[in-house]
Amino acid sequence: MELDPLLLSRIQFAFVVSFHAIFPVFTIGLASYIALLEGLLYKTSNPVYEQLSRFWTKVFAVVFGMGVVSGIVMSFQFGTNWSVFSYASANFLGPVLAYEVVTAFFLEAVFLGVLLFGRDKVPRGTHLFAACMVALGTFISSFWILSANSWMQTPAGVELRDGIFHLTSWSEAIFNPSFPPRFFHMALASFLTGGFVVAGVSAWYLLKGKAPEASKKALQMCLIMLALAAPAQLFVGDVHGLNTFEHQPAKVAAMEGVWETTDGAPLLLFAIPSPSQERNFLEVGIPKLASLILTHELDGRIQGLKEWAPEDRPNMPIVFWSFRVMVGIGMLMILVALWGAWLTWRGRLEASRRFLRLTSLMIPLPFLAVLSGWFVTEVGRQPWLAYGLLRVEDGVTPSLTGGMALFSLIGFVTVYAVVFIAGITFLIRIIRKGPDGTHGGHETPGAHAKRPLSATDESITEGAR
Amino acid sequence: MELIDLTLIWVGLIGFGVFMYVLMDGFDLGVGILYPFARNEDHRDVMMNSVAPVWDGNETWLILGGAGLLAAFPLIYAVFLPALYIGVFLLLAGLIFRGVAFEFRFKSAPGKRGPWNWSFFLGSLVASFAQGAVVGAYIQGFEVEGFSYVGGPLDWLTPFTVMTGLGLVAGYTLLGASWLIMKTEGDLQDWAYRVARWMVGAVLLVYVIISVWTAVAHPHLLERWLDNATVLWIFPTLSVLAGLWLWRGLTQRDEGVPFVATLVLFVLAYAGLLISMWPYAVPPEHTFWDAASSPDSQLFTLVGMLFVIPIILAYTAWTYWVFRGKVRVGEGYH
Repeated sequence: MELDPLLLSRIQFAFVVSFHAIFPVFTIGLASYIALLEGLLYKTSNPVYEQLSRFWTKVFAVVFGMGVVSGIVMSFQFGTNWSVFSYASANFLGPVLAYEVVTAFFLEAVFLGVLLFGRDKVPRGTHLFAACMVALGTFISSFWILSANSWMQTPAGVELRDGIFHLTSWSEAIFNPSFPPRFFHMALASFLTGGFVVAGVSAWYLLKGKAPEASKKALQMCLIMLALAAPAQLFVGDVHGLNTFEHQPAKVAAMEGVWETTDGAPLLLFAIPSPSQERNFLEVGIPKLASLILTHELDGRIQGLKEWAPEDRPNMPIVFWSFRVMVGIGMLMILVALWGAWLTWRGRLEASRRFLRLTSLMIPLPFLAVLSGWFVTEVGRQPWLAYGLLRVEDGVTPSLTGGMALFSLIGFVTVYAVVFIAGITFLIRIIRKGPDGTHGGHETPGAHAKRPLSATDESITEGAR
Repeated sequence: MELIDLTLIWVGLIGFGVFMYVLMDGFDLGVGILYPFARNEDHRDVMMNSVAPVWDGNETWLILGGAGLLAAFPLIYAVFLPALYIGVFLLLAGLIFRGVAFEFRFKSAPGKRGPWNWSFFLGSLVASFAQGAVVGAYIQGFEVEGFSYVGGPLDWLTPFTVMTGLGLVAGYTLLGASWLIMKTEGDLQDWAYRVARWMVGAVLLVYVIISVWTAVAHPHLLERWLDNATVLWIFPTLSVLAGLWLWRGLTQRDEGVPFVATLVLFVLAYAGLLISMWPYAVPPEHTFWDAASSPDSQLFTLVGMLFVIPIILAYTAWTYWVFRGKVRVGEGYH
């Protein structure tokens, strides 16, 4: 079998990005949670908030560190595997990605150190300020990244001359049509991820009887937030979908599993799409609901995927099923959050072990939902790099051979596996110890490296000093 | 935009970034390369502790350089990275492994540090060699058609680039040893003195080999030096003086001198390289001006860079200040 450098490059990019994405999506939400804890601590001086903040700051540090390590590769992968695309789009993507780096460094240099190491050294107000700035900084970082990504989905503010994109309007390019809904959708996804992880870990502590006071507080805080954010995500997701329907109808056709252009298309709950036969098997759906959602009319028209030539279509099975996984998890999140809010209101939170167990089992699901969501939007973008303007096969590095691409793919999988296993082992250790094991620390002033992972003194193997 | 040449400003900015990177990451990579040769595990603790607080700040410059290149000189970015594909992979994998080793070595039990010691050493070695090979590949030039690299995957790997790769490994090792002289005392310092003396010889040797080789293989570069000999004689002369100063520091046991003198040698070699290659960004065809992105993209990014670079510099200076002085056994950041 001939090794296809294009396919391998796509797999490599998907792998590296997916692997990386799980870290920032968590830290963005967690940073806001820590800022909230710090705010409450400042206002109430309740030591429970300090205990929680100390503990989650440690977790934050490790996850942030892993995000940085896994992110380095991406800024080079653009050039190594997609040199034609990066050269063509550099006038826009170059500055936008550079601003992301600038934001991240500014954040790390100025505020992260204060947040991680400064608790006992700077005034409490300064520490709170640093926590807020870190939270804000993570959003600014994602602002730039999502602007770049959205521009690939709905390019605007540029014109293509001699194979190179030239800017005609910076503001139109940065705030391109799909950017606002995508940004809010992603921001809420981060809150949901951070919220469900904190809630899940806290529920697990309650089951184990660990740090009961702090864990109950954390769980309640999260459940209230989640009961608002999870339903809100349904609404924002819908707005995002309508935006996609307007700008990338082929993607929506794949999401809804529609082959033939249909008036009054059903919302499919289950189907096995077959690209070769251009039809679905075993369809189960709710009549007319897809049309109602997308066009707000029972008999609204949805274009079928057959409107596009086969080489211009995204892979329907992947998009279709990823979308269902994401929405399914989203619905489950809403149910769990509402159930939890109800239990909180009735004061029966700790009594319901079934709920606590369910909540702690929810921990991996938001990550799965986020990855599925990205699969929908990225696979749905195919076969385009810059939608409608530059195809994927025209953006790949011309000199790249299948052997090279396979070599680096295997290499990155190996490297990341080692980093991931070490990092997760470490993280599990910190979480096992719990907030009770989080004391004031034994920092000697100035003798501490100002690095994320150094914010924790847990060891990864038994018996370390 | 006619008044200010943004491209020239960006050449200065990227040049400065690369330069900062080489100087600052150079010594901690060197410490990594020396790792398996250290006498005992206590020495290894001290060696790692001497660079642990500062290494990742040093690598900031690499990432800033990568982002800056895409924004300001996309052609360099789009030719170098494909041409050096395997080398870039090795560089990144090396940097990741040694980065992780920093974090996890101290968090492992004393008996279980072997794998992290090795990953620190191999990561440092591979990353250093890859960087040296990149320099060699730059001197060598790239096979380009229009704005794309069209050569093979291993074109960059030639006897010449192997030589420059080894040259940078030797240079970083010298830098690492002279850093240890400055930051340690006792047995470890004695050992570092001995290593540094050997490395001076090695560095001198590769320096001469690479210079002669470059001159023979690329006669136009030699011509440039000879045609401007009235001005350029200053560089080899200063190099010799710095070398002597370094040797004197090593024999007289003047603790701070070897590190500073080695830095000066690096500065001079870097300046020599720029003089040889100017104004080519992607030799043999494209100059920095051919490689530039559009002026408004350069300007837009410049604003952000000029904002963040002073902050990074201040932060860096502060970190070095906090961690000044000797590192001793049994203490350190941990």
